[in-house]
Amino acid sequence: MARGIRDKVAIIGMGCSRFGERWDCGHEDLMVEAYAEAIADAGIDKADLDAAWLGVFFDEQNTGKSALPLSMALRLPNIPVTRVENLCATGTEALRGAAYAVAAGACDIALAMGVEKLKDTGYSGLPERTKGTFEDLYLPNSTAPGAFAQLASAYANRHGVPMDDLKRAMAHISWKSHQNARTNPKAHLRNTPSIEDILNAPMVSYPLGTYDCCGVSDGAACAIVTTPEIARSLGRHDDLVTIKALQLAPSNGVEMGHDAWDGSHTITTPLAAKRAYEEAGIRDPRRDLDLIEVHDCFSVTELVIMEDLGLSPPGGAIRDVLDGVYDADGEVPCQIDGGLKCFGHPIGASGLRMVYEIYLQLLGRAGDRQLSNPKLGLTHNLGGIPIRNVAAISVIGLHGA
Amino acid sequence: MGAGILGWGAYIPLLRLPRERIVEHTAWLNPGLRAQGRGERAICNWDEDALTMAVEAARDCLQGRRPTLAELQLASTTLPFADRSNAGMLAAALDLDESVATLESGGSLRCATSSLLSRLRAGAGAGECLVVASEHRLARPGSGGELRYGDAATALHLGDGDDVVARFLGGATMARDLVDHYRASDSRYDYALEERWIRDEGYFKLVPEVCTQALADAGLEAADVDTLVFPGPVRVGQALCRRLGIEADALADDLAGRCGHAGSAHPLLMLAHVLEQARPEQVILVLGFGQGADALLFRVTEAIAARRPALGVHGHLALRREETHYLRYLSFTGQIGIDWGARAEHDKRTAQSTAFRKRRAVTAFVGGRCSACGTAQFPRTRACVHCGAIDTQEEHRFADSRAKVKSYTEDWQAHSPAPPLMYGSVSFAEGGSLMMEFTDFAPGEIAVGTPLRMVFRIKDVDEKRGFTRYFWKPAPARSA
Repeated sequence: MARGIRDKVAIIGMGCSRFGERWDCGHEDLMVEAYAEAIADAGIDKADLDAAWLGVFFDEQNTGKSALPLSMALRLPNIPVTRVENLCATGTEALRGAAYAVAAGACDIALAMGVEKLKDTGYSGLPERTKGTFEDLYLPNSTAPGAFAQLASAYANRHGVPMDDLKRAMAHISWKSHQNARTNPKAHLRNTPSIEDILNAPMVSYPLGTYDCCGVSDGAACAIVTTPEIARSLGRHDDLVTIKALQLAPSNGVEMGHDAWDGSHTITTPLAAKRAYEEAGIRDPRRDLDLIEVHDCFSVTELVIMEDLGLSPPGGAIRDVLDGVYDADGEVPCQIDGGLKCFGHPIGASGLRMVYEIYLQLLGRAGDRQLSNPKLGLTHNLGGIPIRNVAAISVIGLHGA
Repeated sequence: MGAGILGWGAYIPLLRLPRERIVEHTAWLNPGLRAQGRGERAICNWDEDALTMAVEAARDCLQGRRPTLAELQLASTTLPFADRSNAGMLAAALDLDESVATLESGGSLRCATSSLLSRLRAGAGAGECLVVASEHRLARPGSGGELRYGDAATALHLGDGDDVVARFLGGATMARDLVDHYRASDSRYDYALEERWIRDEGYFKLVPEVCTQALADAGLEAADVDTLVFPGPVRVGQALCRRLGIEADALADDLAGRCGHAGSAHPLLMLAHVLEQARPEQVILVLGFGQGADALLFRVTEAIAARRPALGVHGHLALRREETHYLRYLSFTGQIGIDWGARAEHDKRTAQSTAFRKRRAVTAFVGGRCSACGTAQFPRTRACVHCGAIDTQEEHRFADSRAKVKSYTEDWQAHSPAPPLMYGSVSFAEGGSLMMEFTDFAPGEIAVGTPLRMVFRIKDVDEKRGFTRYFWKPAPARSA
């Protein structure tokens, strides 16, 4: 197996815009907001950047095509810019492009930007879009909540769990994220509904109610990466954050092509997790990981992901969730910043927003939500829908951890 | 020997609208409508039309048989396309060979009986033929037609030999431009004339004339007729029996109370209903009426005991779901403008070159089965989804497969003409899985493991370009 990039790439600067319904901002404003914070954090000049990667998903709804919107928004000095898109894993893909360029020695310092301006569609929820000329002829006109809601019916069936029990665990997941986001000034949703509020919310896609769904938000997040050696030359020593693993596992069609998959979880996440744990040298994720940011686009997604990441045993996520294992004061705090659920989900930015939170926590800069001495964190994106998706995982830690 | 009917099938949509539900919203404008407020009429779901019903009637008739057909005839006055072969789509959905002749007849409510007569007169040696009649009838809100009409389809498998269940004895036809009602080519609605005039000048004059000719053609007397299939008002039918010298109890059930009048398909639907309880040697006189008249005589044979449709008329009448919302019916038929919100604005343009390239998958629901590993899969692709072998997939049709629900949702956010949009992953008995849109289920009726059957339905309507596209959907399996 390839040796991977463990500790070969350091993150020296990060920035994240406030997420939310940013009626006053376009994608270019959001990118500048995230970039200004990141470049100041890195303590470098724009001229020090060798290359940049832009991640945006709904280009037809906001930025338009190509990586030029990044180059133009930041007035980059004509350095190479590349646009990447891989569904909700887009932000992690942008980081992967920049990190691989540094690890390969092609660049000394590279920038990764993720952005999404969703709130110019004129209606709530994600934008309608074509699924492809052939797919439009046979796939249902599904929505994101409807596609993910199916996990619940299949999970309840597989484990013989009454839907009410599953719904209660799902409600706890959303309740916990709302509690966590309460003190996060950049989060989109900072209200604190009760379990009853969550359970009694209007139905969106059975069994998902309003509070089972994440926010559709505008936002941008940015990372500046370099080698550990250059990072040290820039004055980073004890506070050096490095990438331990960056792994991707996309579907090949097995989920829908034939009947080997039961629909109760994702096939891709365990594969990406296995590779990431190997690359990062993690033997027991539940013990080794100090915090995680996972793709909680819907409450039920977070629940099944706890099992797909090997943190809860198959069928055991409901108990672990209700026992508070993933709460802020639990064994493995999950979505300490509010997650997609409450920080918000500007698609192209989400992967980098997750890394941003891990980065702040490792450096002790997370303010009111700071955890006690975390050393290793994991981010997880699930792009697409359960029947066809991209799982992307990063492991980020203090250098030497 | 001679030609005749080898088999029959029917389709009546699951949804039934009690006439009381119509009258309670329309009697304010004409209290006389209350007199017609009894019974129920069959209505199409939003995703059904004359084509989809024709597919189901033909499947009900053939039940997976693959006879060597020389010809497929589709009779209707309400087909979805004026200039695109509806019969060709029907043939493709049934996975018939492209060499089968595909013809359409229309222009009058007599078109189905005329097709039948024309084909039967061609006699033995003309090859087997499937005649399918289907009507999706529309009438203006508040009209009598709205109460009288019904949506349904019937398929008759014609041929000759020992397996004929009802042998054609003879017939007659007459074209006479008596305008009992009409609908201009660019109009959605019928214009109806006075009923007593139609009775006196139409039924009472045309029908005896054509019946006399048909009986002479068959060498029979009126008294030989055991059953009269008359697709008109019962009282007129009773009077015609008296005038012709046919026993009063020979008048076949007109299905008005349970289905409604299915236009050109109605005489065939009534005939199918009669065949389902027919005895050998029974003589049946079938009439068609519309700017003229057709009369056909059949004699039931011993073979009737051997052939049955999957559900037939009786089975379909027993399978019903009451539609309680008159406004939903108006919406399904495009007669009321609902605010569907911005999601409904999504462009449903069809890439026709893609649709043509993938026509076997989309219209015939043909996927693949890998000859290397045996895995059934949809869609059929060049690389097997299981073993990865290249170009090993043989055609495998999923249309008649048994299937069950793997996962599901009821989605209130997605746009659907009948919210919530219900969809989920479906597992096929022989392997293969696909996320599909369910139809004919009500919220709360689907669970993991629910048994399913595949039906051919409207997938999307491109309002902007007037194009309807079709695909297969899982519907509730029948207990049989």
